[in-house]
Amino acid sequence: MSETGTTYREAMREAIREAMRRDERVFLMGEDVGAYGGCFAVSLGLLEEFGPERVRDTPLSESAFVGAGIGAALGGMRPIVEIMTVNFSLLALDQIINNAATLLHMSGGQFGVPLVIRMTTGAGRQLAAQHSHSLEGWYAHIPGLRILAPATLEDARGMLWPSLEDPDPVLIFEHGALYALSGVPRPGPVDITRAAIRRSGEDITLIAYGGTVGKTLSAADALAAENIEAEVIDLRVLRPLDDVTIMRSVGRTHRVLVVDEGWRSGSLSAEISSRIVEQAFYELDAPIGRLCAAEVPIPYARHLEEAAIPQVATIIAAAREVVTS
Amino acid sequence: MAVKHRAREGASRDLLYQMLRIRRFEERCVELYSGEKIRGFMHLYIGEEAVAAGVCHALTPDDAVVSTYREHGHALVRDVPATAIMAEMYGKAAGCSRGRGGSMHIFDAPHRFYGGNAIVGGGLPLAVGLALADRFQGRNRVTACFFGDGAVAEGEFHECLNLAALWRLPVLFACENNLYAMGTALARSHAETDLALRAASYDVVAWPVDGMDVSAVADSASRAAESIRAGAGPHFLELRTYRFRAHSMYDPDRYRDKAEIEQWKKRDPINALITRMKAAQEIDDDGLSVLEKEISAEIDKAIAFAEQAPVEPVEDLARFVYSDTPRAGGTRPMGAVEAAP
Amino acid sequence: MTGERWEFLMPSLGADMESGTVAEWLVKPGDRIRKGDCIAVIDTDKALIEAESFHTGVVEALLAGIGERLPVGTPLAVITGAAPAAELRPPTRGSPPVSPGEKTGMERRRREPSPAGGEHGPSWPHAPSPVTSPLVRHLAERHGMDAAAMHGTGPGGRVTRADVEGIEIPAKVKASPLARRLALELGVDLTGVHGTGRTGAVRADDVREAAARGSGTGPRAGTEQAVPGRAASAAGARTVGKPDLGRRQGLMRQAIARAMSRSNQEIPHYHLSTTVDMDTALAWLRERNRDLPVARRVLPAALLLMATARAAVEVPQLNGFWLDDAFVPGDAVHLGVAISLKGGGLIAPALHDAAGRDLGDLMAALKDLVARSRTGRLRGAEMTEATITVTNLGDQGVEEVHGVIHPPQVALVGFGKILERPWAVGGLLGVRPLVTVTLAADHRATDGYVGGRFLNAVDRLLSHPEEL
Repeated sequence: MSETGTTYREAMREAIREAMRRDERVFLMGEDVGAYGGCFAVSLGLLEEFGPERVRDTPLSESAFVGAGIGAALGGMRPIVEIMTVNFSLLALDQIINNAATLLHMSGGQFGVPLVIRMTTGAGRQLAAQHSHSLEGWYAHIPGLRILAPATLEDARGMLWPSLEDPDPVLIFEHGALYALSGVPRPGPVDITRAAIRRSGEDITLIAYGGTVGKTLSAADALAAENIEAEVIDLRVLRPLDDVTIMRSVGRTHRVLVVDEGWRSGSLSAEISSRIVEQAFYELDAPIGRLCAAEVPIPYARHLEEAAIPQVATIIAAAREVVTS
Repeated sequence: MAVKHRAREGASRDLLYQMLRIRRFEERCVELYSGEKIRGFMHLYIGEEAVAAGVCHALTPDDAVVSTYREHGHALVRDVPATAIMAEMYGKAAGCSRGRGGSMHIFDAPHRFYGGNAIVGGGLPLAVGLALADRFQGRNRVTACFFGDGAVAEGEFHECLNLAALWRLPVLFACENNLYAMGTALARSHAETDLALRAASYDVVAWPVDGMDVSAVADSASRAAESIRAGAGPHFLELRTYRFRAHSMYDPDRYRDKAEIEQWKKRDPINALITRMKAAQEIDDDGLSVLEKEISAEIDKAIAFAEQAPVEPVEDLARFVYSDTPRAGGTRPMGAVEAAP
Repeated sequence: MTGERWEFLMPSLGADMESGTVAEWLVKPGDRIRKGDCIAVIDTDKALIEAESFHTGVVEALLAGIGERLPVGTPLAVITGAAPAAELRPPTRGSPPVSPGEKTGMERRRREPSPAGGEHGPSWPHAPSPVTSPLVRHLAERHGMDAAAMHGTGPGGRVTRADVEGIEIPAKVKASPLARRLALELGVDLTGVHGTGRTGAVRADDVREAAARGSGTGPRAGTEQAVPGRAASAAGARTVGKPDLGRRQGLMRQAIARAMSRSNQEIPHYHLSTTVDMDTALAWLRERNRDLPVARRVLPAALLLMATARAAVEVPQLNGFWLDDAFVPGDAVHLGVAISLKGGGLIAPALHDAAGRDLGDLMAALKDLVARSRTGRLRGAEMTEATITVTNLGDQGVEEVHGVIHPPQVALVGFGKILERPWAVGGLLGVRPLVTVTLAADHRATDGYVGGRFLNAVDRLLSHPEEL
């Protein structure tokens, strides 16, 4: 990290480093986190600093090492488990959903699972279907989990520690396109409970998270040139959703567009729309708009992939449509 | 109670006592299930008692147990109170899981009993993680992980044996090979039916044991535990056993020969031990009836407790989905849960 | 089964209607229908109108296709008797036969108070309890009805939503939830608000604008005039989604042209006017409205209508029709209310038995009529039964109206804008709110003397509003 600025990747690494320095119960475990330095170079250099016990390479056994993370948390540790990408987390679904999310309840409150699982998510890098899923909305379906989507340098730097302090399992979804994001993070505390308003406006609320926040902010700037002042909400926490921030914003703007790189059917965007209708129906001055990924496995070819996921231009068009409907 | 016996009477009598507890407890459970006091899935351990009694004989109170959905026996031998187990099966607030788990999900933090896992193979990674935590924290403890022959077909089994061996973690893998994965016979689902051999391929010390002979089980488990505590890494015991009753209360048991069952019943581990103890004059009929009375009284008390125990208020439905308050450790002290007496 | 069989004919839904098309069938063969049920939507060139059956029975066959232009009198459907005999009184018609183009004036369905069976007819004690949907049961409960005891018009006697709501399905205005909430808070009647949404939806700003202008606070004909540039497209989108709106409006213009030409050619008009001091009336109205919720407040326009209706009772010679060289008095005062449509055009549906209502009731009926006119959901009877028409152009700032009578009626009453002017009362000059009332009357039916008595009656009634 330079004096003047940092990248998302470096901010995340710094957060891990700080956590491991602060609490000896914290360790990092996952595929290629050690010698390789992390598939996305997040953990580069940590092996050298903390050694192979605490920066622990695992075999390609997602279910075993995620489950071992749960067991270690039960045993008093504070594991950070890195799953290389959300796509591979499907191999550990049993452990995440049947154990991490349920043990506290199923044991009548006896066994909490203070575990953090980090994984890369999202499309946009021409990696084709099996490396481009955005399944965080799926995980947000599961009671017992807290789901985070840091979209800024501040959140990349600041969300890990409160996640480790959380007595329950926290899943952190890092959009793959964000690692190179750079700038100077603003100092200040970071919570893992609330959505953030990244831009104020009174004509429409654009709700985004993770990889779509930046695109949505760019779209909002372009809309301002058309005299449409958009408010941009960065959800940050996908579960439990911060209804209060969303509804307050809808109460100001009366129009909503949800931007989600996940698919539309049965999605997080559907959940958000539904909640707005339930809680702020009489504030709505236009049908809620949703801009989601096309319902296709994300293709490889650049032009096809671009067409499949929300882009600045499509966000602008969708916002315009809501404003004029 | 169990500890008392251990101290007073010696190993054989204690093993007999534990096996009888399991047998009588579950026999009453069948009755209660038929009377609709217990609902849901209920899997009985009858016939396999020597495994729980023998393996747990090798464990200390500090050791951890990760179990399956057929776990009444393990829980009882690990001293989870019969009252709390029975109340749990009744779905009462005084149940060890506050009525949220039922027969398949007995949990008990004070006795380091980590459930009650109803996904076949799902408990193995937890055991690996618990052992990993012990390693990190420099505690010389064993985590015993029970699972069936069915779990050996799951990917998690292979991932976990490899991982535990790779990291030389203190896990005792106790495979209860009762020859059937629900209704599928071992030979119909495994190309190599020698499970110990397969475990050994991961560089895990493994051997098969006669699971109907409680002394053999206790001896093997003790050897394995000793070796694990000495830092030799994970061990695998293939405990060859047999369940006398159907897979669950719903199971019509169509996939097994009645003759096969009768054949195995001749090797009933409880009868075998009694015969041996009588021959060695370690027990007589009077001594047996004292044991039976004591056990019967314990079970009566458990049922009475469960009957009168209050149910969890519905307002508390959503409790424990997330922690009420942040805690320091990974486990909540039992005192906070208003435990059963 | 009684074996009786009736043909449902292309109705004449206006003196000027020669043909029409079925825009929509509201029933299908096998459906059980009751007298008075709307069974088809007829496109008359002027409006989409729900045509009702005059018989109770079962729809045996539909003879006309959607969109087929058919002359008035063409059989459109066959209805067979299916109800208990008591239900099957053929409608009594004492009127003399008239030519097809004009018979409708005589075919008024009498709106008598319902017999003991209530709005929904007697229940059928031997029929199995009809199946009802949860929605219908809920609505019925809300309306204090017993759905199980009702006679349904749906397939197999099923009680439908329309049955519970008495066919009076409220006018649909496309408006956002926020716009609806604001309209309620600001007392804006959404039916009078022009929607600027891409598909014509009324949005919050539209309501705020209407509230700021004060013009949305009642069903006032001139609202759309404030935004002339937008009116055409918005109205187009709202008129029951017909794709050929330009053509439709053209046809309406032609229909109006025919009727008015005929009026001018056939009717020897005479015109009278008087000026009425509205001071007492408006003060009384203010007082009356003071404690009422916005939705129940009465507008001056309703007061003028009421005065007209009562005056027509006093002077019945102006209330009725000129048919076959003779005056036929109306059975009640069915006040034709001229309503200009967005995007152009004019219709004057009947506000039934206006004189028999109280003022609040009349106000509500007026709102409803305007709303349904603008959404193209009028009932056939409303198009044909007016006995005298009122045109109020006060909202447009018009001071006096010299109207053209709508044949076969014999009179048209016009109101201008209520203006503050110098006015002498008891020898003293003061500033008073005045309105000019005009009467256009058919000289074949009445002379100026009768017209004068009528205007005097209006004046007197407006001076004693408490009697209205």
